[in-house]
Amino acid sequence: MARSMSRLRTLLAAVLLGLTVSACGYNTIPTLEEQAKARWADVQNNYQRRADLIPNLVATVQGYAKQEKDVLTAVVEARAKATQVKVDVSQLDDPEKLKQFQDAQNQLSGALGRLLAVSENYPDLKSNQNFLALQSQLEGTENRIAVARRDYIDTVRAYNTELKTFPGVLWAATFFRANKPMAEFTATDNAQTPPQVKF
Amino acid sequence: MNVGRAFDHARPMTVALAVLLITLATALALVFPALTGRVVDQANVIPAQTRSALETKLADLEEKSGIQLVVATVSSLEGQEIEPYANELFRNWKLGERTKNNGVLLLVAPNEHRVRIEVGYGLEGTLTDALSKVIIVNAITPRFKAGDFAGGITRGIDDIITVLTTDPSEWEQRPSLRLDQQGANDPVGYVIIVLLISLAGLLIISRRFRYFFFNIAVPILLSSGSSGRGASGGSFSGGGFAGRGGSSGGGGASGSW
Repeated sequence: MARSMSRLRTLLAAVLLGLTVSACGYNTIPTLEEQAKARWADVQNNYQRRADLIPNLVATVQGYAKQEKDVLTAVVEARAKATQVKVDVSQLDDPEKLKQFQDAQNQLSGALGRLLAVSENYPDLKSNQNFLALQSQLEGTENRIAVARRDYIDTVRAYNTELKTFPGVLWAATFFRANKPMAEFTATDNAQTPPQVKF
Repeated sequence: MNVGRAFDHARPMTVALAVLLITLATALALVFPALTGRVVDQANVIPAQTRSALETKLADLEEKSGIQLVVATVSSLEGQEIEPYANELFRNWKLGERTKNNGVLLLVAPNEHRVRIEVGYGLEGTLTDALSKVIIVNAITPRFKAGDFAGGITRGIDDIITVLTTDPSEWEQRPSLRLDQQGANDPVGYVIIVLLISLAGLLIISRRFRYFFFNIAVPILLSSGSSGRGASGGSFSGGGFAGRGGSSGGGGASGSW
């Protein structure tokens, strides 16, 4: 009887310890980590969405502006390169990898920008309904990319802060020693300025 | 370059302070108008008659479909582009239901000559970017150009409602999701109750536990505290109007005149 009583107490103590531990923020690091990873998936999905629009866009422009071969090939090549660079969620703590991704996507942004600038010279193309629809989809996708990037940066910032501040720093030093700060990238995606990794 | 290393060397307190300042700066950067109703006319371009007609239509739409469609005019975008401004305003107001993200915001900035339809995550498939663009280009901006804000907004809203209400599959799903799923019987609640009872039992039975609990556990819990993350969605109260926790990821389209 006494033994079962003490066993019960041990069990309850363990449960209470669990509660205390979670109240002290044990869950915060894994939660933020998962959020950051999910936001990264959003970023990558939106870039993929942009890549998916490009073949259609190129085909439409080609119908009206065959002579702009250089610009068109540049877009196709940049797209091929950009779709090859993928960053797995486990590689998010590698700034080098993220920079590669960003560079490839920026190159595609630049090529796309030139394509759209060139399209201005073709009135028939500009008034083509298909082109207009594609253009608005592309605009929408660029905007989604901007939002997804901002969300990713915000969650990574929260995660990195948690790893470095109390009480998260205690958990980071003990149970989550494998968790490293994740890399951010620049908040505004601008093809003109050289890409830089902002801390 | 070496972000990781920079982090290792930076003092945690400095980092925390920097992050705090950045957060404060971004929080202070934008001051949004309050969500006073379905039509928020900060720029004062909508006549009272149009306004009440719009409000009826919008309330009707929400009644039927659960979609929260809101019209906002702002006197200034505060130096921002309309896209990030609209997105942040949308998230600030939490338009649409939290689980369905079925909100839409028609934002007009008359001084900047910019207009945007911002679409919540859940309606991106219905009110697509291309359709939003078509509505802006055909129904809204030609009227705005002529100075007819009331007409442009009314036609825009009519078209948006038409697009939103002609997808039958959307319609059928709605009633079931309106009232239920409000966390009536979740197991977590029972677990917490059981734990609280056993805690009370322990406090009564054991003196040593009482000592531990009040002198060690409680002070620790009180001092560190759990950081409450994740905002809860707003809810209706007494006939007022509020967002219900929806979010947007930048869907929609913008235009200028």
